[in-house]
Amino acid sequence: MIEIINLCKKFNSHQVLDNLNLTINTGETTVIIGRSGCGKSVLLKHIIGLLRPDSGQIIIDGNDVGMMDEKELSALRMRFGMLFQGAALFDSMNVRDNVAFNLIEHTSANAAEIGKAVKESLALVGLKSIEDKKPAELSGGMRKRVGLARAICLKPQIILYDEPTTGVDPIMGDAINDLIIELHNKLKITSIAVTHDMTSAYKIADRIAMLYNGKIIAVGTPDEIKSAKDPIVRQFITGASKGPITEGIDFEHLIQGGHDGRNKGV
Amino acid sequence: MKKLINLIVNLGHRFMDFIRYTGGLTVLLGQTLFWIPLPPFRRKQLFEQMSKIGVDSLPIVSLISLFTGMVLALQSAYQMKKFSAEMYIASLVVFSMVRELGPVLTALIVAGRVGASITAELGTMKVTEQIDALETLATNPIKYLVVPRFLALVIMLPILTLYSDYIGILGGYVIGVYKLGISHAMYMKNTWQPLKYKDLITGLIKSYFFAMIMCIVACYEGMTAEGGAEGVGRSTTSSVVVSFILIIASDCFFTALFYFVAK
Repeated sequence: MIEIINLCKKFNSHQVLDNLNLTINTGETTVIIGRSGCGKSVLLKHIIGLLRPDSGQIIIDGNDVGMMDEKELSALRMRFGMLFQGAALFDSMNVRDNVAFNLIEHTSANAAEIGKAVKESLALVGLKSIEDKKPAELSGGMRKRVGLARAICLKPQIILYDEPTTGVDPIMGDAINDLIIELHNKLKITSIAVTHDMTSAYKIADRIAMLYNGKIIAVGTPDEIKSAKDPIVRQFITGASKGPITEGIDFEHLIQGGHDGRNKGV
Repeated sequence: MKKLINLIVNLGHRFMDFIRYTGGLTVLLGQTLFWIPLPPFRRKQLFEQMSKIGVDSLPIVSLISLFTGMVLALQSAYQMKKFSAEMYIASLVVFSMVRELGPVLTALIVAGRVGASITAELGTMKVTEQIDALETLATNPIKYLVVPRFLALVIMLPILTLYSDYIGILGGYVIGVYKLGISHAMYMKNTWQPLKYKDLITGLIKSYFFAMIMCIVACYEGMTAEGGAEGVGRSTTSSVVVSFILIIASDCFFTALFYFVAK
């Protein structure tokens, strides 16, 4: 179980996370939704120890991530897999070396074992015969899937997904959603995804939590979130431009700017 | 009054940035030195970096050192002729190359060529979250990225410096013997006889420190790059400028130190 207790994080004068509390149950897929730049990725980076909290705790199976030293963090990260928004594949390596990175670095597996593990991981994400390609030769969707293959290569217990469907077309986005569900069912892992794509959130989540102004303001099953009465949650899930989230923000200039731009273009 | 306050506030910000920057460089140097003796040792990556930094720099180091040696001989000939002391051109070239120009020119060439490429590579890795990805794969980025580059530079820059010294002396020889008519035997005698091990070692000590400076600056700038392609460009420029300034400043410091201490 992952417990996040009173987590606070400030960048310069901007309070990104403000006494955030959330519990993530083992074996569940929890999706954290919220506007772009609201601190969803920052929260993920705290869970895996890439960022240290200003105050508060992240307790994973009884251990506080914020208090761990380098060695303990490394051991913890061996239990994690993370899919980055842009896949974050290592440009200088081919697909095989990317996927097998953990195996090469942290195990004494021989070339045959590595080759087999890479094939298996790639097969799990629906890819084959691309081991010798470089990341630059792959499409956006393929890069994401290779990133996912890298994340699952050492059979992690927890997978973090940072905007898994952002930057890919809707069909590929749905394929990635199916993949997340399939991996979850096959590997019986705890999954945490952050996204602002509600279609994806409804499809993959056991529970959805909404992050707003540095706090979790609603937690529930997809159905509970769909029928939420909170006006902030309602505005976000319906994608309305007018409402409490955008109170005081005037979008007229954007519309005006858009028309101007189009007119100029013509 | 308001302008004065703004000036003081700006100066304060600049000073804090300076402290943060030098602190960052010091911490990165400390972490790098800490990780060097710890396993795993990545020999393959070290040799790759040594090849990129050392072997690939040979053509440009050769070219610049050869021309510098030739220019040194020609310029000194212009003055020495007045005193009919052309035969000392060889000594002047060898001392200038070994003690000063060899280490400094090689360091500046490598800082421009390799330092910039290290910053651009690490900066791109930073802005595309590849460095974060390394950490999530339980791999320390300093051990994985900085240590091989640091060792490669510290090993290869002194070797390149020796090579540059040799080529510079060769440049001087070409002018001295074939243009100014100094005999081969006389040029060789005036090159090697006055040269002491101390001269060679002071040059190599300098290049060893220059290597540390340029590697730490380049890696620090890369690993702190922010703001996409523009940020990487800014960090790369800054890396080269800061390396140049620190190399020249530390050269001045070491030259003074060797002058007063190791006379």
